[in-house]
Amino acid sequence: MSRVRVLVGTRKGAFVLTSDAKRERWDVGGPHFAGWEIYHLKGSPADPNRLYASQSSGWFGQLIQRSNDGGKTWEPVGNAFAYDGVPGTHQWYDGTQHPWEFKRVWHLEPSLTDPDTVYAGVEDAALFRSTDGGQTWRELPGLRGHGSGPSWAPGAGGMCLHTIVLNPSDPNRIFIAISAAGVFRTDDAGKTWRPMNRGLRSEGIPDPNAEVGHCVHHVAMHPSRPGVLFMQKHWDVMRSDDAGESWHEVSGNLPTDFGFPIDVHAHEPDTIYVVPIKSDSEHYPPEGKLRVYRSRTGGHEWEALTKGLPQRDCYVNVLRDAMAVDSLDPCGVYFGTSGGQVYASTDAGDSWDPIVRDLPAVASVEVQTLP
Amino acid sequence: MIRVVLPAHLQALARVRREVALQVEGPATQRAVFDALEAAYPMLRGTIRDHVTRQRRPLVRFFACERDLSHESPDAPLPDAVAMGEEPFLIIGAMAGG
Repeated sequence: MSRVRVLVGTRKGAFVLTSDAKRERWDVGGPHFAGWEIYHLKGSPADPNRLYASQSSGWFGQLIQRSNDGGKTWEPVGNAFAYDGVPGTHQWYDGTQHPWEFKRVWHLEPSLTDPDTVYAGVEDAALFRSTDGGQTWRELPGLRGHGSGPSWAPGAGGMCLHTIVLNPSDPNRIFIAISAAGVFRTDDAGKTWRPMNRGLRSEGIPDPNAEVGHCVHHVAMHPSRPGVLFMQKHWDVMRSDDAGESWHEVSGNLPTDFGFPIDVHAHEPDTIYVVPIKSDSEHYPPEGKLRVYRSRTGGHEWEALTKGLPQRDCYVNVLRDAMAVDSLDPCGVYFGTSGGQVYASTDAGDSWDPIVRDLPAVASVEVQTLP
Repeated sequence: MIRVVLPAHLQALARVRREVALQVEGPATQRAVFDALEAAYPMLRGTIRDHVTRQRRPLVRFFACERDLSHESPDAPLPDAVAMGEEPFLIIGAMAGG
């Protein structure tokens, strides 16, 4: 019988939630790395017991932890993230140029085929790769060397590379997203990169249609259809049907098109999920009602999913990496909140239950469907 | 032997008790202590001083003999009592957060 493992990163540690395929009773493991910020942890698709976690603190910096037994035990691996060559400068909040400085790892994306290969998206924005299970890290410098680097600027949360999407049908093609620069794509395994932001329009930057400078919050892809991408931007939910070459808005009837996460149903490539948030200054759901919105048409037409979610006095946020799906049938959908709840739906979003209520603020949720 | 007291998070990371004893080669300085500490416990690399610059991380402090040595040169001699193992060298996570 299949099992589900939910990996939860929080402000004060990591938690591993496990259940059988019914997804009714959950065991809560953790906290691992108690007291540390866990921005993200994720399992290898090639070896589900191989997990990687980004562990950081304002005091003691960045660590990477690795597990070979599905999160029961962990070992620290390499934590030296040195930019390639002279780091250069990017735009600072006051418009001046500011040196690139490593701060933390926001996102870890294990290779689809090799458990020892894993990508790290870091702040200040850059992409690193390890091919030895996290022991050593090398920057893929072509991204920062693209030429637009000096014009990249931090968003309110810092200048972070937070999204890494690997193409299952073409290992040389990778998408990444940076706040606030936008989406970039490589077709040669990271040597060279192109900005992929045509069609994005952001009122908060001097040229709303600029080639770079957009505050992209998250990008999702269904593995069966790698040419179609969905994006939650700072404002606007967007879609690309040509692998990022152009984007069009699909916000449709959402109550607000601000938000952070976006994800795709495991078996229906046109069924997507977002969590509308009131605004960029009010990071909570509109009207105090926590609602996931689902589109079964790849955007434009959205339905509110409310059953089991608080519909009054709810003022939590859901961060960009804090939503994931399992691959069971019906598809399970999971998300975590700044209030420490992790909600799960075992019916593709029709109804929800909190599988744990009182964790520290949740930064990330990833799901593994295990044989 | 030089006695080094670690903050709780680094004790957990290195899987040691509060205090570790280090054999330091040459003059007893902060740099020599950290080199010995990181050689004995590689998982602590980058947590006390930056990987690249080797500078003290901003919210880490160094105390010994009721003195704050955080701003001393990494090559300055440590107090004799620390060098002799009579007093510990304390690595502290600075109080912060209100």
